[in-house]
Amino acid sequence: MKIGVCVKQVPAKDAPLAIVDGGAWIRESDIGFETNEPDSYALEEALRLKEKHGGEVVAISMGPERAKQTIKEALAKGADRGIHVADDQFYKLDPLGSARSMAAAIKAENFDLILTGLQSDDQGFGQTGVLLAELLGRPHATIIMAIEVTDSHMKLKRELEAGWFQWVELPLPAVLSIQSGINKPRYATLKGIMAAKKKEIATVQRATLGVPDTPTQHVEKIYVPHKAKQTEFITGQPKEIAAKLIEKLKHEARVL
Amino acid sequence: MKILVVTEQREGKFNKVSFETVAAAQQIVQQTKGSLTGVVLGKGVAPLADELAGSQLEEVLLVEHDLLDKYTPDGYSLALRQVIESTKPDLILLPHTYQVRDFAPKLAASMGKGMIGDCIGYRYENGKLIFVRQMFQGRTAADVVFAGDGPWIASFQASAFRADLAAKHASGKAPVKSDSVDLKPEQIRTKPLELFREAKQAVDLTQAPILVSIGRGIKAPENIPMAEKLAKLLGGEICASRPICDEGWLPMERQIGSSGQTVAPKLYFALGISGAIQHVVGMKGSRTIAAINKDQNAPIFEVADYGIVGDLFEIVPAIIAELEKS
Repeated sequence: MKIGVCVKQVPAKDAPLAIVDGGAWIRESDIGFETNEPDSYALEEALRLKEKHGGEVVAISMGPERAKQTIKEALAKGADRGIHVADDQFYKLDPLGSARSMAAAIKAENFDLILTGLQSDDQGFGQTGVLLAELLGRPHATIIMAIEVTDSHMKLKRELEAGWFQWVELPLPAVLSIQSGINKPRYATLKGIMAAKKKEIATVQRATLGVPDTPTQHVEKIYVPHKAKQTEFITGQPKEIAAKLIEKLKHEARVL
Repeated sequence: MKILVVTEQREGKFNKVSFETVAAAQQIVQQTKGSLTGVVLGKGVAPLADELAGSQLEEVLLVEHDLLDKYTPDGYSLALRQVIESTKPDLILLPHTYQVRDFAPKLAASMGKGMIGDCIGYRYENGKLIFVRQMFQGRTAADVVFAGDGPWIASFQASAFRADLAAKHASGKAPVKSDSVDLKPEQIRTKPLELFREAKQAVDLTQAPILVSIGRGIKAPENIPMAEKLAKLLGGEICASRPICDEGWLPMERQIGSSGQTVAPKLYFALGISGAIQHVVGMKGSRTIAAINKDQNAPIFEVADYGIVGDLFEIVPAIIAELEKS
């Protein structure tokens, strides 16, 4: 089975976010980046499918030069090769433009299966998998909690809301968006990190893909959210804080 | 602005976010001086169309087909595309549910259009409709506008609007119109099988008066007994945000948020929870919210009544000591 897995590089979870250029984006120069956590579940699932059914896992990432690091991490965990769709201004793309670029870059690969994470921890559009399926003419399923492959079909466990699940069947080739928590993503081993150095990363310049620049939407600005509630911050030494909080919960909020 | 609001039902019951979206659509229609049409899709769902017709709408379209009996992304997108092509709305609004995120981007892309998903609100300014959504896990908000011609598709997150504020129809009932769609079995590539619940819910968190909830900030499973002790002293239950259950540190049934339970206890005490929208939608109805987080910009503080910026491993033991004293 030839599997493509989309991995995105996003600001590290604890990175301070400074909004710049009047809300255009965040300052990237002084923060760390990491692999989007939901994508690590998709990568793990791809690696497990390969271990079970044979084949190849290709890690695909779109972004500036630094996004290669995320591909390298995927290679170190066991992906066979990488495709970097290079674009320094890629954060400006709308979900459809982004998916059109990815689709154009990987169409010729004819993957049997394409996996994505649920959504990215930065923009969080949560549309890439579904859009790739539509653009590549493949069926899809999202929020997947289990995959069973039988010949040219898959039986999939979809998570619904409020504790409900559903089994669905889908023919291959297909696109799946994986739910976080489906597996325990592995860590890269030292051997894996060494082996990754010899693996190939092909770079495609997004600008050369011939994807029309016709955004369907644009982000006017990002900003620190307006507060819904007036939060009362309690300060002091831990002991003081504890006493003040309990006092307030008892006599002000009257919930204890 | 001509708006189509697409409701969601499963097994003959509306998803309650449907009526929240109706409330949002009614507001937008009022501001843009437009018209609003409701859509009910499925099979044998005429009673639901009738129920929807009790809301303030121009009309309700009842779209029934054997192939819409069980949800599939192909069936729903193909059917809605036909409805959109015949009714020509400017804007299609949907509740941001797991089902909608499964088919709405596809529906939009099949028409070469885009979708603004997961919106928590909107503003109508100088004739422009601006959608507000979160980015960076709720650490920033974003104003997003459509570019190019419609039809435009947007979805609203659960509890972004109040369902009880959806206006009732002024003269009793809006007319219900059946709209036929053409679907063929070979167009449906997904085969939906049974719906099921994983296990019987051993604990009903919705009934707990006090909940102590843990997030990533708890760092390791060894630290959970501390939170459990606090819950016990407060007379409450322990619960968590999704990542904790993904790690297997607490069972999935103790998860609060869009993929877990929705709760509204009298006290919700969030320990080391950043407050991503997927979590907040499950707890923001709580009467009192207290939160401890080391990051003063954590979005949990947007909904908290009492906030403590600091190290939960210093503060929680102090609270435990204080509670044990009394």
